[in-house]
Amino acid sequence: MIKIVDIGMNHNTAPVELRELLNFSDDNLAVAIEAIMGIRGIKESIVLSTCNRIEIIFTTDNEKDAQESVIDFLSKHSGVQRDKLLSAMYIKTGSEAIRHIFRVSSSLDSMIVGEPQILGQVKEAYRDAVKHRAPSVVLNRLVHRCFYLAKKIRTETGISESAVSISFAAVELARKIFGDLHGKRAMLIGAGEMAELAATYLLNNSLGEILIANRTLSRAVELAEHLHGKPISLEEINDQLLGVDIVITSTASTDPVITYENVKKVMKGRKNRSLFFIDIGVPRNVDPNVNKIENIFVYDIDDLKGIVEQNIENRRGEAAKAERIVDEEVLKFSQWIKTLDIVPTIVSLQDKCEIIWRNELKKTLSNLGDQPHDKVEYLENMARSITKKILNDPILFLKRKQDRKSRDTYLDFVRQLFSLDPDNGGESGRRSKSLHHRGTEDTE
Amino acid sequence: MDIILFKLTLFLYITATAGFLLFIIKQNKWLGLWSQRVLFGGFLIHSLYLVLCYYKLGAIPALDIKASLSFYAWAIIAAYIIFHIKFKITVLGSFIVPFTAFLMIISSTIPISAVKVVPMFKGFWFPVHVVTAFLGDAIFAVACMAGIMYLIQERQIKSKRPGPFFARLPSLNILDSLNYHAITYGFFLLTIGMITGSILAQGSHGSYWLWDPKEVWSLITWLCYAALLHQRMAVGWRGRRSAIMSIGCFLVLIFTFVGVNFLMEGYHSFESIRGQKLP
Repeated sequence: MIKIVDIGMNHNTAPVELRELLNFSDDNLAVAIEAIMGIRGIKESIVLSTCNRIEIIFTTDNEKDAQESVIDFLSKHSGVQRDKLLSAMYIKTGSEAIRHIFRVSSSLDSMIVGEPQILGQVKEAYRDAVKHRAPSVVLNRLVHRCFYLAKKIRTETGISESAVSISFAAVELARKIFGDLHGKRAMLIGAGEMAELAATYLLNNSLGEILIANRTLSRAVELAEHLHGKPISLEEINDQLLGVDIVITSTASTDPVITYENVKKVMKGRKNRSLFFIDIGVPRNVDPNVNKIENIFVYDIDDLKGIVEQNIENRRGEAAKAERIVDEEVLKFSQWIKTLDIVPTIVSLQDKCEIIWRNELKKTLSNLGDQPHDKVEYLENMARSITKKILNDPILFLKRKQDRKSRDTYLDFVRQLFSLDPDNGGESGRRSKSLHHRGTEDTE
Repeated sequence: MDIILFKLTLFLYITATAGFLLFIIKQNKWLGLWSQRVLFGGFLIHSLYLVLCYYKLGAIPALDIKASLSFYAWAIIAAYIIFHIKFKITVLGSFIVPFTAFLMIISSTIPISAVKVVPMFKGFWFPVHVVTAFLGDAIFAVACMAGIMYLIQERQIKSKRPGPFFARLPSLNILDSLNYHAITYGFFLLTIGMITGSILAQGSHGSYWLWDPKEVWSLITWLCYAALLHQRMAVGWRGRRSAIMSIGCFLVLIFTFVGVNFLMEGYHSFESIRGQKLP
């Protein structure tokens, strides 16, 4: 009986020092895949190695031995003793492994739930594994289910909806005020690191122009070059307030840089167009009363932190929904994997044929009208033996493959040929297409 | 036949209302799409119903309060569909469609009354007057809803604790722009409605202006919207103030539309249309 096994460690079970030792970089990833595929009893494998986790995923008929060999390999590769390694690792098999892999690729197991990078990393790992022909029927299907599931969870739950970083929360707010940021102008007052990060995010959202004011002009010029902006002097700030839409302040000044009176005056000239202040400075650079002016929005660092915390909380709630979707998919996949064995396949093949000949016989009999019992029996026997003879060779063929490495491939092929999994009929065509499509998405 | 069409319309609008309310809660694109389709189906059947009524009556079916409400509901959905093509704000439906379903429910509870169709109703200017005035009023309903949505979203952002509406409603800029466009188009249509109305009055009563309460209140409504447009264009009112004022103007409009007909005597009131008590 084939089994999926996942041996790994993540940010919860192992400290970064240990994860670093096990990390497979581009060069030794190939070596690792080859080594794992060389282990007796391992049929397919994928190695996922990111800065937060290492997952060795494989299928085997001989769970215990394969596990031991993989752990030996990891211990040798990292130079960490087996016991120490084992205490920081988890070993999941069967439907637990399936669930774990689904959760990882849907970003439910990530440090920040819902972060989008992990799916790309899984795709990358899969592509590397395919280069070494390491995955086959079972893992191919598993990975494709992962892609499908991750997409489903992303669209049906809100786990990756709201911003969970301060810069991104600020951008999200700006988009809810201005809609499209295209052509909007921003002004940076103070050139701190956080302000720079927020400005970069804004620029990535097609912000029009950026002005940079700083106490030391050289730093302003330097940052302006970096962000393709325009350096201005501190004296120009009030004049520029007339023409900008977003202001990011991050100075060390103890007095507010932006006062209520200043902004009130400017608003007439702006014809009440909205103005958004992002105040990252501590103490605050923008007088909190400015927020009371119509069409002006002021967010300081604590406000932004508050939003981020709330969003993280929301994501946790959404993750609970996602877990239910995962449960469903785990059940489906476990059922499919059970059918991927000689006996169940033969049984469903026989069942299918029996249904066919019984239906055909029924039609024939209803056309013939009332027939004596023994004649009906003759016809039944004939139909039965024709099916049996036809199925004889395919069944023998499957039995011969019982202990071969290619067993799963043939099983899958037979199941598709006779469409024994009605749910998944025609899936393979769709799957390869969607993979191709995703491939192009990635390069964007 | 027409009663079946009316009931079917009512049913579809109520279904679409449920769909749109679920859509704003669940934020499922599929729900939004299907609510839209149901609404559009309802709109087509409603149009068919109105055409049928027109042929039966020989005049535009907006002569009594029952027919007026239904016609107004139709005009609002038409305005919603037009604005959806330009702005693509599906969530607007979650605000507009319940309102129209409400109008239709009220319309359905009012018994059918016989109206006498005088030759004036069959002339050229009467349908133009009714259609422009109703469509203008309908577009003002869209402006009012955009104003409400603006105020909700503005509160969400100002409070610094964005709640469930934050993600669901579009940006302030888009809502403000929707509000502005709606007021401009609505004002244009209302103006035409009033001009054609005075042409009608000249034809039937011999005078362009009769100081009928409906006329007076229409003028007041028109002035309110004119003031709003002026403030927007010349003084630079936008955002919150414009949103509040478009809601206020709409309340005046509702009074002109319904209140005047019930509370005041005049040749526009439905009683006088029914009894033909013309001055």
